[in-house]
Amino acid sequence: MHLDSNTKDALLNQLKQIVAANYLLTSKEDLTPYECDGLSAYQRLPVAVVLPDTIEQVQKIVQACSQLKVPIVARGAGTGLSGGALPHEGGIILGLSRFNKILSIDTNNLTSVVQPGVRNLAITEAARPHGLYYAPDPSSQIACSIGGNVAENAGGVHCLKYGLTVQNIQQIKIVTIDGTLLTLGSETFDTPGYDLLALMTGSEGMLGIIVEIVVKLLPKPHAVKVLMASFDKVEDAGNAVADIIAEGIIPAGLEMMDKPAIHAAEAFAKANYPLDAAAILLCELDGDEDQLEEQVIVVEKTLKHAKASKIVIATSAEDQAKLWAGRKSAFPAVGRLSPDYYCMDGTIPRKQIAYVLQKISELSEHYDLRVANVFHAGDGNLHPLILYDANIEGELKTAERFGADILELCVKVGGSITGEHGVGHEKIDQMCVQFSPAELTQFFAVKSAFDPDSLLNPGKAIPTLHRCAELGAMHVHNGELPHPEIPRF
Amino acid sequence: MKTEFSPTFLNTPDGKLANEILRTCVHCGFCNATCPTYQLLGDENDGPRGRIYLIKQVLEDKPVTQATRTHLDRCLTCRNCETTCPSGVEYGKLIDIGRKVVEEKTTRGFKENLTRKALLNLLPYQSRFTPAIKLGQVFKPFLPKILAKKIPKKINAGKYPSNTHSRKMIILEGCVQPALSPDINAATARVLDRLGISLTRPKNAGCCGAVNQHLSDEEKALNFVKQNIDAWWEHIQNGAEAIIITASGCGAMVKDYAHLLRDDKDYADKAKKVTELCKDISEVISKEDLTPLQTQTQQRQTKNISWHPPCTLQHGQKINGVVEKILTDKGYNLLPVNDSHLCCGSAGTYSILQAKISQQLQANKIKNLTKHQPEMIVTGNIGCQTHLQEVSDVPVVHWIHLLDN
Repeated sequence: MHLDSNTKDALLNQLKQIVAANYLLTSKEDLTPYECDGLSAYQRLPVAVVLPDTIEQVQKIVQACSQLKVPIVARGAGTGLSGGALPHEGGIILGLSRFNKILSIDTNNLTSVVQPGVRNLAITEAARPHGLYYAPDPSSQIACSIGGNVAENAGGVHCLKYGLTVQNIQQIKIVTIDGTLLTLGSETFDTPGYDLLALMTGSEGMLGIIVEIVVKLLPKPHAVKVLMASFDKVEDAGNAVADIIAEGIIPAGLEMMDKPAIHAAEAFAKANYPLDAAAILLCELDGDEDQLEEQVIVVEKTLKHAKASKIVIATSAEDQAKLWAGRKSAFPAVGRLSPDYYCMDGTIPRKQIAYVLQKISELSEHYDLRVANVFHAGDGNLHPLILYDANIEGELKTAERFGADILELCVKVGGSITGEHGVGHEKIDQMCVQFSPAELTQFFAVKSAFDPDSLLNPGKAIPTLHRCAELGAMHVHNGELPHPEIPRF
Repeated sequence: MKTEFSPTFLNTPDGKLANEILRTCVHCGFCNATCPTYQLLGDENDGPRGRIYLIKQVLEDKPVTQATRTHLDRCLTCRNCETTCPSGVEYGKLIDIGRKVVEEKTTRGFKENLTRKALLNLLPYQSRFTPAIKLGQVFKPFLPKILAKKIPKKINAGKYPSNTHSRKMIILEGCVQPALSPDINAATARVLDRLGISLTRPKNAGCCGAVNQHLSDEEKALNFVKQNIDAWWEHIQNGAEAIIITASGCGAMVKDYAHLLRDDKDYADKAKKVTELCKDISEVISKEDLTPLQTQTQQRQTKNISWHPPCTLQHGQKINGVVEKILTDKGYNLLPVNDSHLCCGSAGTYSILQAKISQQLQANKIKNLTKHQPEMIVTGNIGCQTHLQEVSDVPVVHWIHLLDN
């Protein structure tokens, strides 16, 4: 896995010609902060970190690596939670943080051309004076980069109504493994030929390096209201979610937090969350004034019927921002409850929310680890945060087993092992549960069409059949895969 | 985050504190988003999350070189990251510990040492700095440009009111402010006089200790801290209501006295009292009835102003919206300013030791502050004030002057 010293010398010599000395990091000291991304439980030291700021530099770097057969792991803001930017011991980190310019905003076509290192929130901030915004808003939107969003097909609070990243981008430029610059998608909505833009979205840096993105912007809705409903029982909150959608209303956002998450978020955001509630739902409705009034009445009625103990409606932009600030900071705010957490990301059918939460709570007792639940309830995207202490020998392993059980539970009830964080390094073994060997073989065929030597983020997202077989040896009973009754796509 | 400290280090006060702080960090990276140096340099090592990682390596006794030191030197200590951090990581305290240990484990070059020593031997001493500035003001035309632009025009303090009210408060004179802008504390005294408060200026108080503290010279910093506590103690016992600070940089430091001396058996209690009494001037003014100030301010000309909240006020002391309210209530129009959460690049001695980054931040800041053509820029810290005035066409003043007319 490690790079032999001749190749390493040849590589560094070439990279030195491409970027200035302070943008090529090679000492162990400088490399260590790059040994992990937002998932700090796993670390690997790369051979070098390169921080280019022009597309030409990226092309040359990729060509150098391609020629010497050195793996490349692209990295944006390093906020990913599935270890997608976890380095390869024998490869480089290609950091795109210096690509941080918004190149243009087109108010006629409602698009913006941005570099991949631009922060998600910075796009909305730049579009705001024009009455526009960029809809996908992962909780880490203050820090995460748009390039990373495309690579992971990021979602967020608003994706329930406005779609994931894939529905909100129009065109991207990528550098392929041979250093060619390609434009995928177009300035119009439909493009002839295969939809390679969709294929690239969520490909986790395994098919090409994203160097420019045309994002779609939306006009800000005329009016917005945010409702906060408190519940005495978690399952009531879970059922309320399905009830709202069943009423034919698609909220702009529909989020749920349980008690531990409420307490942690409140400590940071001081959003006036009810500390005695077992769970809260945050429901954002947007649209025209008249339409909105009607929706608020229906949602309020539905919530009451679903046994909400209290409903608060935030009408001012300031109060709404406060309610969301708590939700968006909920993950890291959990750092106040526990030295470490392991953030899971699975998706389930909405009607299973109450059942799955009950099962998670049983697993929590079984493994003796606390859980805080924060999730995009509207689209059934769960984010259980398993609280553990990495300083206690063996606790990470227990947390991992607990997490794997949750993901397998998601698959069992008809859901999937990722909603928006990607598979990365973290969930690669659960891919063996989700997909059959035939499907995985096809995935590899796509990968090798773009990257025949497997140099782009190798070892992530798609497990080799060998890996699945080894894993299977632990799980298979009587020659059957786990949950053989489940159709695997 | 996982830590692997040696038991010896873990048992020291610094080790215990650093361990607690590191273990609240969950490595989410939100902090990088609002870090001025990460925005400019784009290297993980030059953002808070990377620096925390570097400090962790050092405290775990991994090899350390000047590479780590450079990344820590580049930190402005603006503490914007603390405001952004949802996990409540006390980065400011952690980097103080990190810098101290790195300073012990690495050696600086001759020239760098000389500059740092010169700053440490000049800035904190009013008796040295004031004559130096006076000389500088006389010989300004003959000085190199880089130095000349740092020397402000000579300013008259104006009259101090007589000390007649029964309500008394202590004011910190500080080290560089009396030479650079002696009018700030005089204006404060006049405003408070009209509100029925007299100010005491204890003789033996001096620098708050921040210059030394942030240049990893903790021992001298603590000497200044104790000297101030001794100078103030008698007045505190005689009923002084507050210790007023008009430079938010000093305020952030004095509010830290209780923490810095928490394990000092002679000073811990006194330091706690001092920290309790320490107030930024905005905190005092906002609690008073300002009617006595009203009549005389109606005829003024200035209306549109840009407010620059110093980092030590908004991030260090977490005081937000207080000055803004005082000035809006007085009828001033505070123009919108983009990125007002970002540092102006002054940051104590940073503008001298990290001139290049400092000037980039200064240029960005002045562009944002002057976008809507203010008649004046107002702020609340002497460092920001002189730093911004260097490149500003409009006057940059302490906001207290707007109440003193």
